[in-house]
Amino acid sequence: MRAERTVRRLGREVGAILRLGVLLSSAVIILGLVPYLVRDGAGHVDYHLFRGEPEVFRTVRDVLAYAAQAHPRGIMQLGVLLLIATPFARVALCLSVFARERDRLYIFVTLVVLLTLSWGLFGPG
Amino acid sequence: MNVLSLTALLFSGATAAGLVGALTGLGGGVVLVPLLTLGLGVDIKYAIGTALVAVIATSSGAAAAYVREGFSNVRIGLFFEIATTLGALLGAFLASRTPTSAIAVIFGVVLLTSVAFSWKEHREATESLSPDPLATRLGLNGSYPSLAGEQAYFPRRVPFAWLLMVVAGAASGLLGIGSGALKVLSMDNVLGLPYKVSTTTSNFMIGVTAAASAGVYLTRGYIDPGLAAPVVLGVLAGSALGARILTRARSNVLRLVFTAVVVVMAVQMIVHGLRGAA
Repeated sequence: MRAERTVRRLGREVGAILRLGVLLSSAVIILGLVPYLVRDGAGHVDYHLFRGEPEVFRTVRDVLAYAAQAHPRGIMQLGVLLLIATPFARVALCLSVFARERDRLYIFVTLVVLLTLSWGLFGPG
Repeated sequence: MNVLSLTALLFSGATAAGLVGALTGLGGGVVLVPLLTLGLGVDIKYAIGTALVAVIATSSGAAAAYVREGFSNVRIGLFFEIATTLGALLGAFLASRTPTSAIAVIFGVVLLTSVAFSWKEHREATESLSPDPLATRLGLNGSYPSLAGEQAYFPRRVPFAWLLMVVAGAASGLLGIGSGALKVLSMDNVLGLPYKVSTTTSNFMIGVTAAASAGVYLTRGYIDPGLAAPVVLGVLAGSALGARILTRARSNVLRLVFTAVVVVMAVQMIVHGLRGAA
């Protein structure tokens, strides 16, 4: 009975957080993409050779700072980062659902996933 | 090519990628990497970074619907995400120190064999009708809305599937693509889950697997906003459409689409691997 309630609650809440992440990220991307296309749409780009992204696109802190200066490409990258953060938020939400349902095994399982994920996102690159 | 036409091409290609990705549980990388590298002449490193973001978009876009409607099994997803995220980190760190061409060839062969095996095995009923003690203790049993109404299922052979998931995660970290295929196949062949549960749970998981290696690729400068932004928007549109279709589609049709895509992907991997090694 309790297990079924957990499943329903997970479905509802996980579905909601995913939708929120997706909507937020696409809104921010559009906010950057429109001025980028208006300004640079006719310009030429070449991705043929890998040069690596400039520093401003490589860490969360730098992207935030660059986007805050209203650079269109910075805002686009911020939207992409919001998307990358969505699975993270979804795992964190599962943790809170299992904690409320006192499902000890899955509190543990979710914690392990969350720790591995954080290490991948913020740990040594 | 100018920015405007590149953006339009990326958006439409990504819509197709999101559609295929959401229907098959494979993510969008399969369609996107060849489109970027062969079609648009983008360097493979940018292509991998973009594909990784596309996989997260496919997963999040479609999973919202799949989870709510009771297709994806969240517990199975989380339990095996331990294996895939560990594998993904391992793969991402090994990527610069390993001959990826050789790995691509091996992985391609593994995929071809497992997809052939999945057809052979599925002529007989493989779905188990009684609960397995380990799966029950882990709370992995569930039910899903089949075309004939709500149907219960009981996963089995959990440890073997767990090992395969580590390999699936490592493959995604190493090659940037391919983790969804092994996830679907291990849930379908090893756990014996209903087909739609396998693909939608894989779809649910691949976002987390990809996010685990995305941090590493971001700091290495593989993720470019000019490529990723239109791709995200396209993939989200395509995956929303895919999620709608899956609900009503017959499993056999979905399996056929999946097989076709995996065969193409595996052959591509083998050819590229052999070419890269030569």
